[in-house]
Amino acid sequence: MPGLEDLYREIILDHHRNPRNRGELAPPAPHAVGHNPLCGDEIDVYLQVENDVVVDVKVGGQGCSISQSSASMMSQAIKGKPVTEVRALVRRFKGLMSIPDEDGNPIEPDPEVKLGDLEALQGVVKFPVRIKCATLSWNTLLDALAQA
Amino acid sequence: MTAAQTLDVAAIKQQFPLLRREINGAPLVYLDSANTTQKPQVVIDAMSTFMEQSYAPINRSAYSLAAEATDCFEGARTKVQHFINARRAHEIVFTKNATESLNLVAYAWGRANLQAGDVVVLTHMEHHANIVPWHMLVAEKGIVLRWVPLTADGQLDLSELPSLLDGARVFSFTAMSNVLGTITPVQQLCAAAHAAGALAIVDGCQYVPHNVTDVQAWGADFMAFSSHKLCGPSGVGVLWGREELLDAMPPFLGGGNMIADVRLDGFTTAELPAKFEAGTPPITEVVGLGAAVDFLTGLGMANIRRHEIEVAGYAMQSLTERFGTDIQLHGPCNVEVRGATFSFGFRDIHPHDLSQVLDQRNVCVRAGHHCAKPLMRLLGVNATARASFYLYNDTTDVDTLADALDSASDIFAS
Repeated sequence: MPGLEDLYREIILDHHRNPRNRGELAPPAPHAVGHNPLCGDEIDVYLQVENDVVVDVKVGGQGCSISQSSASMMSQAIKGKPVTEVRALVRRFKGLMSIPDEDGNPIEPDPEVKLGDLEALQGVVKFPVRIKCATLSWNTLLDALAQA
Repeated sequence: MTAAQTLDVAAIKQQFPLLRREINGAPLVYLDSANTTQKPQVVIDAMSTFMEQSYAPINRSAYSLAAEATDCFEGARTKVQHFINARRAHEIVFTKNATESLNLVAYAWGRANLQAGDVVVLTHMEHHANIVPWHMLVAEKGIVLRWVPLTADGQLDLSELPSLLDGARVFSFTAMSNVLGTITPVQQLCAAAHAAGALAIVDGCQYVPHNVTDVQAWGADFMAFSSHKLCGPSGVGVLWGREELLDAMPPFLGGGNMIADVRLDGFTTAELPAKFEAGTPPITEVVGLGAAVDFLTGLGMANIRRHEIEVAGYAMQSLTERFGTDIQLHGPCNVEVRGATFSFGFRDIHPHDLSQVLDQRNVCVRAGHHCAKPLMRLLGVNATARASFYLYNDTTDVDTLADALDSASDIFAS
């Protein structure tokens, strides 16, 4: 059995205790809600996109330490980034989580895309049940981007 | 009647191969029986032996092996009949699971008998399986749902029951909440339903595995439960219904076994229970269910209930003493009106994280919304952790749970 230290890295617990970019953005800001039907967790992602750049992002909702810290780190990582880079990061992160692409093939890591703190979530893969927790905010981000 | 006696939990545990399994050198502490139960050797053997010796189609072939298989299958029906004290064996309908049983009633009885504006009364502590089929009839037929609320300690608030039932056609309710552990006053609720002219449908999923069940004493009209929650295999559920209701209802699924005749211009249905058992049933699983019923009957349902009262009382006392306000146990405090199923919050640790940490100690608890999202909203939470105890658990399992909770505090202390 993999050890909990692989899952609950200190940086993850820090984002869980002190989530970044919590809050809401007023309409008509793009807003999506993600549900994890397994556990009932909900995550809200609000975006402000100007000239194809994510100039602001806010995260709301409730969830476990993994879903909350993943959302928090995601918000930090995408703020100020062009939408194309954000989409590349989503793809890179899903690859880290062992999620295949649309055709069912493994996503090869793109060396151009830096994960930074998000690397800490790599241990989640050893706990397959929690992958859905880690990716909830990222899928919700894609839904919000589709509205932008 | 089995004489009152204390369960020998150590001996019972030995009869469950999976509970003898060790992970990382430590025994398993299985506290998720409200979800599904482990299987005793007698059930595993009954199914293996049946497949090795007696397996054949049932109800449709003349050779003696098929007759033997049919006897095994129908024998299980009789066992289930006695287990819940149904009046007739053919009032027992085998389904896929309790969810299908409840859907069968809503679909077959509901679609034939309910019209726009007809009222169905449910409670705030129902499982999705006793909510969504009725929501589907709201969408299809325009029926109206009313809800029995809860008291602060998680029992049904019956103060407005007569007015909620006034003019209702159906009152469908759980006998024991899968979240709160609350045992409802089924006999009283059936009487109230009938006084209002409504049918009484009982979701017995959580109740039947843990208590003496007597559908005639209850005065119920329909009752659903599943095999896999009472030491039997998954893949088979039971719907019991009063003969006259089942007779008068249209069938549910159409196909083989459920017909008396099929012509180019139509069909006539078979007699009960075949009328509601279209296609090849889960034959081996039904035989396994029969063995599970024998196993539980041998131990005595009253003894099982008495044991669980003891474990529930110990759990409430020791967890509260040890953790004080750090643990929030949902549901009634009085063991007379609750089973040994506990949903709880622990500090501000999310149930998902909690169950992950408990898993390191081989403590298996459920974390989530338990298929009862309306109740979760009432409790003001997205999810809870749930520890549910059964005949193979004892007070040492409560202590192991408590020790494991301590280790969760260490990781998530801020």
